[in-house]
Amino acid sequence: MSSEPILSIKNIEVLYSRVISALHGVSIDVHKGEIVSLLGANGSGKTTTCKAVSRLLEAERGEVSKGSIEYKGKDISNLTAFDMVKAGVVQVLEGRHIFGHLTVEENLLTGSFIRNADTASVKKDLEYVYDRFERIRTRRKNLGGLCSGGEQQMVAMGRAMMARPNLILLDEPSMGLAPQLVEEIFEIVKTLNEEDGVSFLVSEQNANVALKYASVGYIIENGRVVLKGDAKELSDSESVKEMYMGGGGDEVSFRDVKFYHRRKPCMV
Amino acid sequence: MDYAFFIEVLVGGLLSGIMYSLVAIGFVLIYKSSGVFNFAQGTMLLLAALTFVSLTERMVNFWVAFAITLMIMVVLGIIIERTVMRPLANQSLLSLFMATVGLNYFLEGLAQGVWDSAVHGVNLGISNDPIFLIDKFPEMGLDIIVSYFDMAAAGIAGLMILGLSLFFTFTRTGLSLRAVSDDHLAAMAVGIPLSRIWAIVWAVTGVICLIAGLLWGDRVSVSFTLTSAVLKGLPVILIGGLTSIPGAIVGGLIIGASEKLGEIYVAEWIGGQGIEHWWAYTTALLFLMVRPTGIFGEKEIERV
Repeated sequence: MSSEPILSIKNIEVLYSRVISALHGVSIDVHKGEIVSLLGANGSGKTTTCKAVSRLLEAERGEVSKGSIEYKGKDISNLTAFDMVKAGVVQVLEGRHIFGHLTVEENLLTGSFIRNADTASVKKDLEYVYDRFERIRTRRKNLGGLCSGGEQQMVAMGRAMMARPNLILLDEPSMGLAPQLVEEIFEIVKTLNEEDGVSFLVSEQNANVALKYASVGYIIENGRVVLKGDAKELSDSESVKEMYMGGGGDEVSFRDVKFYHRRKPCMV
Repeated sequence: MDYAFFIEVLVGGLLSGIMYSLVAIGFVLIYKSSGVFNFAQGTMLLLAALTFVSLTERMVNFWVAFAITLMIMVVLGIIIERTVMRPLANQSLLSLFMATVGLNYFLEGLAQGVWDSAVHGVNLGISNDPIFLIDKFPEMGLDIIVSYFDMAAAGIAGLMILGLSLFFTFTRTGLSLRAVSDDHLAAMAVGIPLSRIWAIVWAVTGVICLIAGLLWGDRVSVSFTLTSAVLKGLPVILIGGLTSIPGAIVGGLIIGASEKLGEIYVAEWIGGQGIEHWWAYTTALLFLMVRPTGIFGEKEIERV
């Protein structure tokens, strides 16, 4: 933890189409080997934060207008999405975005192209991904679009793993999945993190599960980081429980609600 | 009814249909990869044919001229990606479409400016003799004659189509292209460089234009009417589906065959000679009423 973070987002602001402000002051650090979760409601800026790092923002006419993002100590503002993947940062998009008309295996293969690797090593990686994601092994010849939501999420993550990344930006992996599957997905995240040394920035609405697997959590509201802390502490905190985990204390008076409604960005 | 004659017409139609297929594949490739209909394709085809003809008229060897033109078309494709497509990436599709309209006029001016606007002939050295496809049973009236040129042209176009299909099915570039056509954002997220794929697609389209331009140039002539001939690719992709290469092939065959058959058997009932100018479009229109996405139009995959 004392080491330099591999990803350091420093107080960034993001504009879409040069006018619409989506983030105003987000700072996040991800250290090597960490799982960091980024929590927030719909439209709070989780996806925008991920895309700012993966440089996919440009594809949607967004730009980082202030602040900086450093990956392994180097500023990434001049890099393209291609460069980021090459450097080992891969985003797994919200809503999975797998290639519907490609088979599961072809989907996985597209992830390996960035490495320009020979067939043997790609084969090895495929085997490795199938080992990690047992469920999709039997579906390898199926069209991606016809897989179930959970399988698609696994294909999307497996596809990212084919690039042999150092850092995966996992955007809302639990979206539309049954609770059991969500646990399964996060168990895999844990394995990838512990055994393969991949760091994760996981954006989630499901604070419960996200904080369970993460070491550090950030809470983002209206484009600002409002709370940062040790995942354990956050999940025990009354205010987080109240806001993101459904319930917490027994009764909530309006006076207390006011307390939860933070406006000021907290210092992180 | 004279069956031998009917088959002869049908075969002639199918052979010319393969040429339509080739042009249609050019449209499909660009549409699949960037979602835009390339209005400039006709002019690219003309530019290729005109460059080749002008070079050979200046006593450049046939194969040298072919190689030079091929190179020019590939470079042109890359330049188009750099200067037209890339700056407009992520803009609305209508902007991209209008850019290809502009490109069309630019290339038309360029072709005229560099070379000239006269009508040229091109001779590929393929004879136009009739050959007997089946002449074993003359007593039964089963002698079918087709033009040697049609056979050769269809053969070349067919080989080209086969090569492209293999390329896009079995190579990394082909898989990347299909990934890009499925989902731009996801393709970018796994690090497929969109610009490189586009450059490849435009270059390949340039090569298709060269081959098709020469074959059609030999059959008619190299002049500005070539650009409108390319519009025959339009009903082909409407029938086959804008996103499907097999569709473009089948669509081309249907249009080619129906055009010839229509002219022989239907023309006398509905306005005589010259129905080939609108027959293809009418066929496409009828098809659209039944199958709006074309025969092989990409099915929307939807999980329930």
